[in-house]
Amino acid sequence: MIEFLLNNEPVSLEECETGMSVQQFLRQQKQLTGTKEGCAAGDCGACTIVLGELTADESGLQYRTVNSCITLLANLHGKQVITVEHLSDGKQLHPVQQALVDHHGSQCGFCTPGIIMSMFSLYHSDAEPTRETVNKSLSGNLCRCTGYRPIIDATTEVCERRQPDAFTQKQLQTLSQLKDIQAKHTEVFANGVHLPETREAMAGLLAAYPDARLVGGSTDLALESTQQLKSLPELISTQRMKDCKQITVTDEQVTVGAALPLSDIDPVLVAHFPALHELIERFASLPIRNQATLGGNVANASPIGDMPPVLLALNATIEADDGHETRLLPASTFFTGYRQTQLRKGEWIKAIHFPRLQANTQLRAYKVSKRHEDDISAVCAVFAVTLENGMVAAINSGFGGVAATPVSCDALAEQLIGQPWQAEATRQLGKRILTSAFNPIDDVRASAAYRNQVLGNLWQRFWFETQSALLVTTRVPHYA
Amino acid sequence: MRKLIEQPQRQDNESPLLKPTKHESAIRQVMGSARYVDDIPVPADIAYACVGVTDVASGTLTSLDLTNVKQAPGVIDVITVADIPGHTDIGPVFEGDPILVDSEVKFHGQPLFAVLAATEEQARVAATLATFTIQPSAAILTAEDALSANSTVRPQHQFGQGDAEQALQQAPLTAEGTLSVGGQEHLYLEGQASLALPEEDDRVMIYTSSQHPSEVQKLVAEVLGVKLHKVTVDMRRMGGGFGGKESQAAQWACLAAVFAMRQRRAVKMRLPRMLDMQVTGKRHPFENTFKIGFDNDGNMLGADITVNGICGHSPDLSDAIVDRAMFHVDNAYQLGATAITGNRLKTHMVSHTAFRGFGGPQGMIMAELMMDVVARQTGLDPLTVRMQNLYSESKGLTTPYGMTLEQNILPALMTQLTESSQYWQRREKITAFNQQSPIIKKGLALTPVKFGISFTAKHLNQAGALIHIYTDGSIQVNHGGTEMGQGLHTKIGQIVAHEFGVELDNIEVTATRTDKVPNTSPTAASSGTDLNGKAAQNACLTLKSRLAALFADTHGVAEEDVVFANGYVTAGAHNIAFAELIQQAYMARISLSATGYYRTPKIYYDREQGTGRPFFYFANGAAVSEVSVDTLTGEYTVDAVDILHDVGTSLNPAIDRGQIEGGFIQGMGWLTTEDLRWNQDGKLISNNLATYKIPAVGDTPQHFNVSLFDRPNAEDSIYHSKAVGEPPFMLAISVWCAIKDAVASLADYQKDPDIAVPATPERVLSAITALTENNDASA
Repeated sequence: MIEFLLNNEPVSLEECETGMSVQQFLRQQKQLTGTKEGCAAGDCGACTIVLGELTADESGLQYRTVNSCITLLANLHGKQVITVEHLSDGKQLHPVQQALVDHHGSQCGFCTPGIIMSMFSLYHSDAEPTRETVNKSLSGNLCRCTGYRPIIDATTEVCERRQPDAFTQKQLQTLSQLKDIQAKHTEVFANGVHLPETREAMAGLLAAYPDARLVGGSTDLALESTQQLKSLPELISTQRMKDCKQITVTDEQVTVGAALPLSDIDPVLVAHFPALHELIERFASLPIRNQATLGGNVANASPIGDMPPVLLALNATIEADDGHETRLLPASTFFTGYRQTQLRKGEWIKAIHFPRLQANTQLRAYKVSKRHEDDISAVCAVFAVTLENGMVAAINSGFGGVAATPVSCDALAEQLIGQPWQAEATRQLGKRILTSAFNPIDDVRASAAYRNQVLGNLWQRFWFETQSALLVTTRVPHYA
Repeated sequence: MRKLIEQPQRQDNESPLLKPTKHESAIRQVMGSARYVDDIPVPADIAYACVGVTDVASGTLTSLDLTNVKQAPGVIDVITVADIPGHTDIGPVFEGDPILVDSEVKFHGQPLFAVLAATEEQARVAATLATFTIQPSAAILTAEDALSANSTVRPQHQFGQGDAEQALQQAPLTAEGTLSVGGQEHLYLEGQASLALPEEDDRVMIYTSSQHPSEVQKLVAEVLGVKLHKVTVDMRRMGGGFGGKESQAAQWACLAAVFAMRQRRAVKMRLPRMLDMQVTGKRHPFENTFKIGFDNDGNMLGADITVNGICGHSPDLSDAIVDRAMFHVDNAYQLGATAITGNRLKTHMVSHTAFRGFGGPQGMIMAELMMDVVARQTGLDPLTVRMQNLYSESKGLTTPYGMTLEQNILPALMTQLTESSQYWQRREKITAFNQQSPIIKKGLALTPVKFGISFTAKHLNQAGALIHIYTDGSIQVNHGGTEMGQGLHTKIGQIVAHEFGVELDNIEVTATRTDKVPNTSPTAASSGTDLNGKAAQNACLTLKSRLAALFADTHGVAEEDVVFANGYVTAGAHNIAFAELIQQAYMARISLSATGYYRTPKIYYDREQGTGRPFFYFANGAAVSEVSVDTLTGEYTVDAVDILHDVGTSLNPAIDRGQIEGGFIQGMGWLTTEDLRWNQDGKLISNNLATYKIPAVGDTPQHFNVSLFDRPNAEDSIYHSKAVGEPPFMLAISVWCAIKDAVASLADYQKDPDIAVPATPERVLSAITALTENNDASA
């Protein structure tokens, strides 16, 4: 059984149709047709809803957007679902709704409910409504009519004058309702999805259902149902695995739980690896990051995943668990083939360990795509160079979009260690190596030739950006 | 009735006209209660339709086995073209659009059969289960192949002025070139959707997301083999249209109707996104060529331009679309002697269709390309070249198709924008910036738009409206236009409220319905308000004249002295609340319902001679775009945009601004990231939102300044406003020109970079490489 709040109304589902998404549940079972379907793939945001969840210390609630079209019903357990229909009080519009009306922010209106929910989520955060914050909060919402300007203005303006609303007033009640659900020790199962809480339970389920698949945020797996029309197999979710949701920072490393949504780990990663900021902002949209997990991104082993190149360049290790013991797998050998990894049957990823950067190591992460936001890389390149007395002491790299797996380029280390970093010859040698390092494919995103050329040019960008004497602008997207 | 003699004469200050009133659906949209076709509560007997599609682009269907489809869970019915009771060709103007494959396969993804099932998911799964054989034949997939095979959907058309060949021979300087102009997916957020409800006997009710309910009515009737009066189409609002629901919404309504009548149950047909992108036409890709002659001072002397529209497999609306491309290759410039040719190429692709601008953008971009080429070759700034080649008294005011510009406002408009945007100061700053920035280069461009307003198919330039006044004084308006977000119903509401002098909340603009206003034109060609606004106004005038006669008669005043304003009807010292007069009119047995009709005056086009006045007037505008280009990756940002646009007298400045901003960003998407890709088999591979990228929020320029050019339309349009739907789309050509400007800086502006549309980062980098490879020592 799964239990959640639909606004303030408790809902418990004994069983529900396999593969039904939250969006279908809302529209078909609850006649809440304000939540629209634009793409059923998490790309347009017309189906955006807000999930209210207990904060980590269970003292408050946080309101996060997700794409209901690719959210499994089981994922609602213990959460509050808020849809566009829940915001107004009779005819009294919520401030975010009124702001969008006042700023003429809707035309055809089909994206509008999703926009409203993203605005609502930002309204309930304490983030300053800067242009970057507003863009980030709306990064999962496509609008084909307005050109966004009035939506940006409405969001900025209303978040500059936040007031407590009906959700704030009911917060204590909502908190206790959600805690009550959490406190129950029912077996959480819905929609063909098991949600174990402990290692033992997870191991037991993996043994009992050998054909079951692990699922984290379901942002990729759900597409098999909505786009490929496959019936989903038995699923085992990592969502309630508390020991997969820890973050620890030591002098040596930053460890992030594999089952945490990316938006939980992003601030930690950016704090310790500021160079990742742009890549993280360009890693899908906010609603996707609110759902997707690092474990999923790594286990998926997609050659165009955004974080695997980072893992490679940082020499990260992947901690796999089978319920009995854990083992540490270096990222450098983890990806074994197209969507293949070293994970064994019965294992899941518990955490990822990122070694802290040395003071003399410089890291940069680059993504090149047709659109800056929420696009898949044509090329992703991550470089880390360690200098000693101006000479290259170590160089690591990770790339996406250039091979069947996320890869690094060993030739860089082989040929550049010991070379003076500032030398023009170093720039040219690295460019030469990278321009011919891989045999990428031509596809809908880019040609092989472009990918090779850009690899060489990103190396040049890296070289420019890490020269202490050179201070030139090297990128066009602006991320603070 | 009261006499309020002491009341001073009131100003009509409460009229909502010319004010930024909110969109009529705004509140329901933000509440999620605005209803789209898929949101209509469905009858208990609802079933869902889907289509199965071909997997090759060209060939002959030799076998089709639907056994597995029929046996799939939930399946109720399966049909092929043989099961269509009436017409099987649903071509909107010309024949050529089979509702389902007959025997010849025309494109990859062509609907082959349709299936009806108990749930949407079951229908979609079943649609994948057919077994079929198609004997493939060679597919024509490029303009080059179509041209060499002389494969066209309609005959070539030509027009021009003077002797272009001679002008080119005698010109001191010449240039020639080609430009590939990509198509564009509409990406209306609400996909195609129709709901068909069988009614008594052979009557059917259709709810559809369509810009052209009358055409849906006609095609459904023809497909069912019934007369038009048996079919009613209701269209409250679309979640975006942009032209993609002008002709191509009908097929899904027709299939839903066929199933509804076969099974006598409600049928919904809603295309999932990937299918929608596969089976519906897009903006036409074009492959264009130009030869121009000009002098050393950058004055155009002659142009020979060919536009090749890639139409896909059928004519659809392509004849008019390629015509419009031809009508706009001059954009705002006197090109001198001209020879303009337009080809309508037939390829084995989905049939390309209307999309905001309707061929205009693909033609107009040629004019801007030519101006850039002239500028690079003469060493002049592109703005100088643009300004001096604008239509003018001295250069001549006659277009290549023989229409004389009666109001030539672009010289003044562009001068104003040049100053307000500080173009020349920014040009200096950019030159300085580029000199000290080795990797990032900035570019700047100011480009105009002159867009002809009217359907080029003359008969479509007509509209009707129906107004009912109820006995409490509240008013219902129905008209032939459809609401797709553009604010048409809001403007119509403003017009009617203004005419009767009542507040907006007394006006209800209802769903477009074929049983209220018949034989309507599509809501397209930016003409929605021009046509339907006038028709609604005419209905108001009829009713006002009846009411004024009653009031004048009662008080012994002249009818022409009766004024409708501020909720009152007034004549001299007499006045009465509007609702009260309505009561009196009812009691006096005066009809409170009237129709209004309008047809656009002055327009004609002689196709044989290639001359005429196809447009009632031109809408104008200009934009300055500033971009930053990363010369290492080809990525860029649009940093600043200033727009000055001509909407005549703005009926609603907020809605007009929304059209300008939204049109600009949509145009920017067409020119930058929206990259349609077909593979060598003719399959669309940019077939979802993960692979086809429309502008996102972060693409909105940080500086985005829009102003309205304050000048009433000299023509007698509705309150002297101008159409605004399409023209701003082409303001985005300034972005493309600015990207080229930034790249041109790498070779000291000596050469115009060759960047096809869309200017993806890959294409930009390729142009950078081509310009710099000879002098890049570090390569």
